[in-house]
Amino acid sequence: MNTNLPSKTQLPFNEAPPPARPSKFKLALRELWKSPLSAKIGILIVLSYIFVALFAPWLTPYGESEIVGGPFELWGEKYPLGTDNLGRDMLTRLLYGARNTIGIALITTLLAFLIGGITGILAAILGGWADQLMSRVVDILMAIPSLIFSLLLLTIFGTSIPVLIIIIAVLDSTRVFRLARAVSLNVVVMDYVEAARLRGEGLGWITLREVLPNIMPPLVAEFGLRFCFVFLTIAALSFLGLGIQPPTADWGSMVRDNATLISYGDITPLLPAGAIALLTVGVNFIVDWFLQKTSGLKDGQ
Amino acid sequence: MVNNISAANDDQSLLLEMRGLRIDGMRDDQWHQIVKGIDLTLHRGEVLGLIGESGAGKSTLGIAAMGYVKPGCRFSGGSIHFDGIDMLAASEEQKQALRGVRIAYVAQSAAASFNPAHQLIDQFAETPVQHHQSTKSEAYADAKDLYGKLLLPDPERIGFRYPHQVSGGQLQRAMTAMAMSCRPDLIIFDEPTTALDVTTQIEVLMTMKDIVEKFNTAAIYITHDLAVVAQMADRIMVLRHGELVEEAPTRIMLANPKQDYTKSLWAVRSFRKMPALNLGQNDTQPIISVQNVTAAYGSLDILHEISFDLYRGQTVSVVGESGSGKSTTARVITGLLPPRLGQVLFQGQPLPPDYRNRSKEQLRQVQMIYQMADTAINPRQRIRDIIGRPLSFYLGLNSQQVEARTRELLDMIELNPDQFIDRFPSELSGGQKQRICIARALAAEPTCIICDEVTSALDQLVAEGILRLLDRLQRELNLAYMFITHDLATVKAISDEVVVMLKGRIVEQGSKEEIFSPPYPEYTEKLLSSVPQMDPDWMRNLIAKRGPYR
Amino acid sequence: MMSILRLIFQRLGLGVLVLFAVSLIIFLGVELLPGDLCQAIQGQSATESTVAACRKDLGLDQPAPTRYINWLKGISQGDFGTSLANGREISELIGVRLSNTFFLAMVAAVIAVPLSLALGILAALYRNSWFDRSVNVLTLSSISFPEFFVAYILILVFSVKLGWFPSLSDVSPDTPLLERLHKVFLPALTLTLVVMAHMMRMTRAAIINLMASPYIEMAKFKGLSRSHIILHHALPNAWAPIVNVVALNLAYLIVGVVIVEVVFVYPGLGQLIVDSVQKRDIPVVQACSIIFAATYVVLNLIADILSIATNPRLLHPR
Repeated sequence: MNTNLPSKTQLPFNEAPPPARPSKFKLALRELWKSPLSAKIGILIVLSYIFVALFAPWLTPYGESEIVGGPFELWGEKYPLGTDNLGRDMLTRLLYGARNTIGIALITTLLAFLIGGITGILAAILGGWADQLMSRVVDILMAIPSLIFSLLLLTIFGTSIPVLIIIIAVLDSTRVFRLARAVSLNVVVMDYVEAARLRGEGLGWITLREVLPNIMPPLVAEFGLRFCFVFLTIAALSFLGLGIQPPTADWGSMVRDNATLISYGDITPLLPAGAIALLTVGVNFIVDWFLQKTSGLKDGQ
Repeated sequence: MVNNISAANDDQSLLLEMRGLRIDGMRDDQWHQIVKGIDLTLHRGEVLGLIGESGAGKSTLGIAAMGYVKPGCRFSGGSIHFDGIDMLAASEEQKQALRGVRIAYVAQSAAASFNPAHQLIDQFAETPVQHHQSTKSEAYADAKDLYGKLLLPDPERIGFRYPHQVSGGQLQRAMTAMAMSCRPDLIIFDEPTTALDVTTQIEVLMTMKDIVEKFNTAAIYITHDLAVVAQMADRIMVLRHGELVEEAPTRIMLANPKQDYTKSLWAVRSFRKMPALNLGQNDTQPIISVQNVTAAYGSLDILHEISFDLYRGQTVSVVGESGSGKSTTARVITGLLPPRLGQVLFQGQPLPPDYRNRSKEQLRQVQMIYQMADTAINPRQRIRDIIGRPLSFYLGLNSQQVEARTRELLDMIELNPDQFIDRFPSELSGGQKQRICIARALAAEPTCIICDEVTSALDQLVAEGILRLLDRLQRELNLAYMFITHDLATVKAISDEVVVMLKGRIVEQGSKEEIFSPPYPEYTEKLLSSVPQMDPDWMRNLIAKRGPYR
Repeated sequence: MMSILRLIFQRLGLGVLVLFAVSLIIFLGVELLPGDLCQAIQGQSATESTVAACRKDLGLDQPAPTRYINWLKGISQGDFGTSLANGREISELIGVRLSNTFFLAMVAAVIAVPLSLALGILAALYRNSWFDRSVNVLTLSSISFPEFFVAYILILVFSVKLGWFPSLSDVSPDTPLLERLHKVFLPALTLTLVVMAHMMRMTRAAIINLMASPYIEMAKFKGLSRSHIILHHALPNAWAPIVNVVALNLAYLIVGVVIVEVVFVYPGLGQLIVDSVQKRDIPVVQACSIIFAATYVVLNLIADILSIATNPRLLHPR
């Protein structure tokens, strides 16, 4: 296929251009079809969690914090998974827990990306003292293990959902900052960014049109990983009694409240813990596949 | 199409024979043929040149001689026999015993191919010792001897340095010595001088040729540079898209290429720009005037008192080797690196040193085209956005005007607007991407364009097309070009004025005719005489003239 | 050699600086309290006089910089102040617990580090084999599990069903070593499982990255044996990435300790900090935080210095 117009500068032998690509949607479908089993399982898991989170009120037999029977009733017809330490229906709380736990983790992760992503890209573009200042602040914040740091801050500010979201989002944004800055640095040195600067483009254009579209794949993958991390951190804090507070149904605190059953060989408290594990497994499977698709060697990081 | 070559090598026995060799490579989860049924024969002591443009499959073919394919590739047909051994049927152990001992390899990037953790001499001794060819002390003595034969400085001690402690040219020779450590029957040179400066390249080429002749070693020399292969090879194979185009002894091939493709490769350096018509006569004021510029990174001065002028319709070539400061000069003009002393005038008015203080109009007037078109256009933007942005940004055109003008510009750079306007850069070939960069620069309607090594990443035929296009645009639009290059052939093709730089200083400047006629200053002489010529006797004559290199 | 020493001293200096900054943050954090510590402790029942008395007790009547310096001085001499909850010396509270926590972390590290390095390297060398693939799925799953999930499953299996190990790790200072190891087995196993997955994946990625270097390919072209390539060409360049992986994961282990100690009611620093957060016993939380943070900083510092000290370019300057 000779795609050039005939002209006087035409040479007899031209390079063949790569073929035009099929549409993005078709490509995505084809990729999905070819994806490994683990990724398909991951997608299935995530979709079903989203479904449960959205439709919890219609799926549950009882109210979120309604006391419907005695404490620790066994599995049966009336209470499919028994009742908890206060006599609330386990299944109901498990389903509502999806909504609360995932919702809060999602908001936190989004906030972390908003803060860390913007500051990280800006640090890379601006360079110089602005970059130095931001990077050193992040270095120091990251020198304290994040769980310990959040324990300290929760002691100071008390435990409430908004405080929890802000603390974890800010602490987690340091990781996002590091990644966003690192991948942006690779883009900022590109000639097309220099060309945009020399054209006289402003910071907004360079950030949004030149840099951001080119760092999306690693950022999307990182979003998945960060979500898992945030989700696990919140679950851990709730398990320690310092995260999401009662009577809101939440998987971490459900494990804590019903942990005594374990010593009787009852697996009920493992259900909310398993629910947490299953979702992170699903997300991780998807991210792993995505990383292998977008970059040959980054798996495992 | 294959010439009969047996006559020249009657007395030599056959060393390597490939028959109908096919190799597949994996791309987009599918196998594609990258070597499509090639026959290759090589006799003892013979040097075979493999030449072709990128994607011709020449490196893949060269490595295949060791029975090796890169990860993601596979042998899919044909045969390889090395001295009677079937390399495709041989076990991994058998091949291991051959590699390094009877077949050795010299890579393009010596800096990356030496292990940073070991001394050069240990990496030399490793092959003979591991293969039980000699003891460590014998290997050490041999290494020093070979270092001397390859004219490395201080051969007794240079081996005890680490790879990052010696220069690129020396490292390339140390790698040749390493390949020689077991006196192999065959050495594969895979573009060994491509990454080197032209004056370094000639030193490496001379010593490589010398040592191959001394030990009567057979070699496969892979390169894209015709003039280089003309010096090194007894016989040349021209490859294209994984197929053999033509094969003949070097002199016959150079004098009388049969195939059209080969002829066009040979003719590629014939382009000459017509001299600028209005050279400084009706334009008394230069567009750009660089005046006594001294610039520094940190406290280290890397440009010293640079001055030159650039007129409309004229091309000034700035030529020099890596580290000469030619790209830094461009950074000073564009305002990326404000000079420490001196200034840059635009039509007689001083430009603010920092680009951030320049007006939109000042920025518009000077545009830039880069070496790597791949990194110069945003892979996430469509062609219409890449070319359209300067139109709306500088000229304030509305979207219909932008569309119309973008199509005009695509016509100017000889790409069909209907086919290309909605493509992404990844859907273009290298030469087409460079054309898009040119269109983007033109979109700003500048008076001056800085071209930074714009053809050096391209295959020669494609590069020639770009030079012709730039020349036509210059005549039509009366543009001033500042052409930064290390390639003297490009300088000859495109310049009106030439500025020769060395270590941050201008060592010579003048019109092309002045520069390319004697008497030359010392450095220009060295630079000019180091550029390989298509004449197979050129290097031999040069060695005779210069005496052995020191 | 000089440049390498200079670099190491620079890093050490930087480490000290970071420690100061960390202590400052931990100190200033408390200053952010609405009102002050005494109002926070006494809450609703606070009166002018009790708050004033409390402030005098805790030295809060002095300006912040003075208090910060006094606090740092105290820490450097092992004096962390007194607990608000029970009035005991914090250093007393911490002493035994600190050694308990380090014991637990050590046991976990001794199992996890060699095992995960070996498995990670194997997975990298046999990339895309069935071994590599199953390791990938397994580790991916286990990094997804919350620590308490792993812990409770282990309890259910090894303690409740099989009865081999206790579910409560109630060690005391005079518990003999063997019994201590027995009691600490399940928490250590939990930590090992959680950390191993991370460490293996990172080791694998680092080795794969290394094996793709041109000098490894060159070694193949020299016909060297696989074991020689790995020992002589890959390993000398692998120290820096491996050390980093280990340090990062030991630091992670320190944090994982908090949850595991709570599940197994193990008398360590992690449980202390969680208890104190619940009681809002701020001086104890501060003290624990600074110990955790210091350990974390020091581990990262060691990794940094080791990777400098094994870098051939720095060891043999031009």
